[in-house]
This record gives sequence, structure tokens and C-alpha cells, in this order.
Amino acid sequence: MANTGTERVKRGMAEMQKGGVIMDVVNAEQAKIAEQAGAVAVMALERVPSDIRAAGGVARMAEPRITEEVMNAVSIPVMAKARIGHIVEARVLEAMGVDYIDESEVLTPADDVYHLKKSDFTVPFVCGCRNLGEAARRIGEGASMLRTKGEPGTGNIVEAVRHMRQVQSEIRQLTAMSEDEVMTFAKNIGAPYELLLQIRREGRLPVVNFAAGGVATPADAALMMELGADGVFVGSGIFKSDSPAKFAKAIVEATTHYTDYKLIGELSKGLGTAMKGIEMSTLEPSDRMQDRSE
Amino acid sequence: MTTIGVLALQGAVREHIRSIEASGAKAVEIKRTEQLDEIDGLILPGGESTTMRRLIDSYGFFKALQEFGNQGKPIFGTCAGLILLASKIDGQDQAHLGLIDMKVARNAFGRQVASFEAELEIAYVADDFNAVFIRAPYILEAGPDVEVLATYQDKIVAAKQGHYVCTAFHPELTDDNRFIAYFVSMVEQSKKTLAS
Repeated sequence: MANTGTERVKRGMAEMQKGGVIMDVVNAEQAKIAEQAGAVAVMALERVPSDIRAAGGVARMAEPRITEEVMNAVSIPVMAKARIGHIVEARVLEAMGVDYIDESEVLTPADDVYHLKKSDFTVPFVCGCRNLGEAARRIGEGASMLRTKGEPGTGNIVEAVRHMRQVQSEIRQLTAMSEDEVMTFAKNIGAPYELLLQIRREGRLPVVNFAAGGVATPADAALMMELGADGVFVGSGIFKSDSPAKFAKAIVEATTHYTDYKLIGELSKGLGTAMKGIEMSTLEPSDRMQDRSE
Repeated sequence: MTTIGVLALQGAVREHIRSIEASGAKAVEIKRTEQLDEIDGLILPGGESTTMRRLIDSYGFFKALQEFGNQGKPIFGTCAGLILLASKIDGQDQAHLGLIDMKVARNAFGRQVASFEAELEIAYVADDFNAVFIRAPYILEAGPDVEVLATYQDKIVAAKQGHYVCTAFHPELTDDNRFIAYFVSMVEQSKKTLAS
């Protein structure tokens, strides 16, 4: 008897993406450029995060025709974003057959208290996190993959670095802890106790954790791998650069060979200008997407 | 000691390393062609076959992998690795390494929502193997020298041709190391044969 939608099948799908780059695309043409460059998956969107930021208003699940167009254009997996807590957007994407759903703070949350109970779905989910508590809560709800939140659409890597370092540092703290300290740690960071015991035992999260939110150059992607990311999401960075095809390929190669600095130097030559980027102190608190959920 | 490499350009590398070590062999991540000289057998892991092929080409692995196989050294391909080994891919003009005489279909069981676990009978390995299929391919046609090791609903999902072996599923994703142990024993055997 075959079992679909098991934890192993959902987490395993993310394991297959390790060491790879997942790229945001808004149409079939961009999806093909991404696939050609060696992306392991594409994220189908109506607008990339920097355009969502510029447009303002409410950002929702992409119009299904865009997602469908992307699904028909490539053979690599296709992910799509649903609003946080929007059960129906997620069910619609599942019914369309997308391979992974990002319950994403890049879109305007539909529920400002609760996230989806992702374990109820056959399709796997990826969620953002800034620290171990957030990571553990999302896993507790059934996320099969994590990513740092970073600050989407800024082209500024500082927040993704902060979030990756924070998660890693808290895992190190946890593994060094005596078992009788874990319950209080669980209370303090708001994480499920049993899950923390498992992370303590294994010395790592039970799902993969990619970097996302601010990756703009090949060196940024390599930096996140160096800090322990399992792979990289690139949102606005590729298709907001001067030469997307070259940029995409360079980011893929820098992610694979992230400690080959000479190669990364070579890859970075003549790429043209990266996206302009936003300095964090110029962002109003209300414009910080990472703070939209916890 | 027998040393087995895992091609580490992209995909589920860590899980294979763990299973190889659990089966009593030494495991090495292969990122450069010159490392192929140090190993007795190679695993092509699961991942995205199109991505792996691009990286294989970028780093001169294409000829090196074929030569590795032509020396008689065993290669085991899982999922994307199976696609890389095939001589024909359904709906595509060109295949990749072409080391096993078979025609394969990509994502043949459907998209991710159709990914599944099922119990399989696998020749030489087990009659109760829990196999994990993720956006898995299957083998449409197997050549005369290809031995079918397992089928699922009449589809060929594991096969062997001489020192090459492949599975559409992921034995590395469970704690059941019997398939990897079988490959390790193939490598040990070939090491003896090649040395004599």
C-alpha cells in the first residue's frame, strides 16, 4: 500500500534540494532562465518581493494562471506562496499540484495570530524563522523545510546573517545544556519541549534550513552557505539585476563551491550591477516583513 | 578499507555518507574530479538531475565519471542518479552518462503531492523494504543485459547492469541500510577483482 504526504516524503523532498538555489520567478520565461542556470526549484510569484514592497497594499497568493504557466514551463519543482494562516489559498495551491508551499511573511498575513496546521496537508511547506523558537514552532505545526526570514526585497544580507547565526547559536546552546535545563529553555523561547530534546540529541534541526531574504550577489549566497545554510533562496536579486541569466548561473556555482574563493571572484566578474538595495535603518517598522509573524 | 564517494555537487549527500559509514565503509564527498582516483565506488545521490548535469558539465565531471565506470568501478544512482545513468530519457533528445542500457521517465509518478512510501521486494536485498519515492522516475524499458531488481505496480524501480546499479527510490532516507550495504559488498567484490 502506498502512503502519500508522509513526514518522510515531505521532509525528503527538501533534502533533495540541498546545496541548491531556489529562484523567484514571475513568468514562464524567467522560470526557463532559472532552470537553464541550474536552479533546483522556482518560486512562482505575481511580483518579486522588492516590487511587492514598492507596490504597497495587500499582497496575496499569485493569480493561478501565473503559477500554472510556470508549472508548465519547467520540469524542476515549482513552489508558490500562500498568506500566513490562509487555509484556502494553501488548499488551492495544493489542488493545483504545486510541489511546495511557502507560508510567507512576504505576503500580507491573513491571520495575525495563528499559522497553518501544515501537518494536515499532503503538500509540504517551507516557513521563515529568525530564531530557534520560531523554527521549532513552525516544525511543530508541520513545516517540512525552514528558511531564514532575512528582510525580503532589500538586497541587504544583514538580516539573513543575523537569523542564521541566531538559530545556529541557540542550537549550540541547547546541545551544551544539561537535560534538566531544557524545559525552562523551551518555556523561554516558546518551543515544543519534545522537539528541543530531539534537536539536542541530534545536534541539528530535523528539517533543512535554507537562507532567504536579502541575497543579492554570488558572494552573499556563498556567505550563507559558509554560515551553515543548506541552500539558498534568491528573490529579487536575480531578476532585478542587469543580466539575470549570468547572475543566476553565478549564484548557483557560488553556492556549490562556496569555499572556492578564487572561483567566486571569477564568477563575480562582469556581472553588471546587482540590485540597488535598502539600508535597514531607512526602513520604517511597519515595512519590516520579518516582524509580521512569530 | 573500502572507500566510497558521493558526488557532492547538489542533493542528499549527507544521508548517503551516514548510510555508507553505517555499512562499514569509508565515505568521501566528491567535489573535484581528481578525488575520483581515491575511491573504489561512487554514489550519484538524489537531487535535481538537470541541476546536477549543469554542474557536472561546469566542472569537467562528464568524461571523468564515464571513465570511472569504464574502469569497472561500481556506480550506484538513486533517483536523479538513476536518470544520470540512463542511456535514454523519455521525451528528451539527449541522455546524460548513458552507462545503463535503459529508457527512463522523469517525475513518472507525478508531482510532489503524489510522492509516496511503499513496501518493496528487492532481489538480493530484502522482501520487506520500505522505499521512499520522491517525484521519482521509473524505468520504461530495460536492455537485455539489465537485471530487474524490483518493481512497483509493474514499473521497474530498481535495476542492475554489471557493476552499475540504480533505484528510483531513496534507500538513504531511512535507517534501513540493507540496500547501501548491498552496494558496499558489490564495491568490496570489485575491489578484489580489479586488484587481481
